[in-house]
Amino acid sequence: MSAPEQTPGGSYAPALETPRSPYRRSRSTHTNWELYGWLFMRMSGVVLIVLVFGHLFVNLMTGEGIHQVNWGFVAGKWSSPFWQVWDLLMLWLAQLHGANGVRTIINDYAERDGTRFWLKMALYLASAIVIVVGTLVIFTFDPCADPSQTFDFCRPAIDNVPTVTSPNS
Amino acid sequence: MATSLTPPGQGTPVGKLKPAGTLYRGREGMWSWVMHRITGVAIFFFLFVHVLDTATVRVSPEVYDGVIAQYKNPVMGLGEAGLVGAVVFHALNGIRIILVDFWSGGTKHQRKLFWGVVALWTVLMVPFLIRHLTIVFTH
Ligand code: HEM
Ligand code: HEM
Repeated sequence: MSAPEQTPGGSYAPALETPRSPYRRSRSTHTNWELYGWLFMRMSGVVLIVLVFGHLFVNLMTGEGIHQVNWGFVAGKWSSPFWQVWDLLMLWLAQLHGANGVRTIINDYAERDGTRFWLKMALYLASAIVIVVGTLVIFTFDPCADPSQTFDFCRPAIDNVPTVTSPNS
Repeated sequence: MATSLTPPGQGTPVGKLKPAGTLYRGREGMWSWVMHRITGVAIFFFLFVHVLDTATVRVSPEVYDGVIAQYKNPVMGLGEAGLVGAVVFHALNGIRIILVDFWSGGTKHQRKLFWGVVALWTVLMVPFLIRHLTIVFTH
């Protein structure tokens, strides 16, 4: 790559400017994408601390820890919009944050243009698959799909009709 | 390509003459950067596998429970401990990076902040390990 890597914050002025050359306030030729990425890494990081620590605590520390995790456990969580939204946010933020981080690392280590290009294509493809699959799983999951489970909210509504007991019994 | 990894004054070594003493061995700043990078990549690869194994909830309860059973043996239990250790380090060191970037005293105190990360990591990991390893090994 011939052009120097951009530093967060956009391009710097060349080291030697013509003395007293007029200061140009706006440069329409460059974008701020690297700056936005830099900011996103920090903002998503702060939110991810809450999401990932909460996820690890509930799944590993409460109840029987890792031994409580099974299909019914997931059904219990994903029957509530709270955990659906939690996991959806965590999925998108962690995957985008991780992908952007790995992109930086590819830029650092893959020196040949072709290698860098294909590694990034593989990265973007893998990230798209994870986000699409993960999102679909959350939205299409049916906590009542297992006939052997016993959640109250899965019982047919007719069961909830109060029964009238006869005075004689 | 000059990258952020090219240490100053260290080009490609020519011939057998190894430049003496120019290998950059930083202190806390470099090691926290190396570890932040390694843990970030490790979590990234875990997340890829993790979302795919979680996706088997859509296949059937039996298939999902079979996949998750793999996470319950003692060897994987140690792996989970390592994963959590990596996540906790990456998160705490992430806060340190953010402080260095945005807090006016951050650069001045970055070395102390690193040891703060190590201390907090220990404080969080000891109770976690006691609980998690007890669950894994005595179930
Ligand atoms: C050993 C540690 C872990 C265990 C036992 C575990 C377990 C689980 C379980 C049971 C689910 C299903 C839904 C739920 O419980 O909310 C899930 C989903 C999820 N986990 Fe974890 N997890 C672990 C670590 C992590 C870490 C470190 C991350 C973040 C980097 C993460 C990110 C996610 C995401 C994004 C989902 C939603 C997946 C989807 O949309 O299909 N997990 N995890
Ligand atoms: C738990 C909360 C997290 C926090 C506070 C956090 C914070 C950060 C910060 C501040 C950076 C530096 C960005 C820069 O230098 O511009 C970073 C980089 C990175 N993060 Fe995270 N992160 C978190 C979770 C994650 C997760 C879940 C993953 C993986 C899916 C991940 C993967 C990475 C990678 C690969 C890098 C690039 C490292 C490098 O360039 O050397 N992080 N993180």
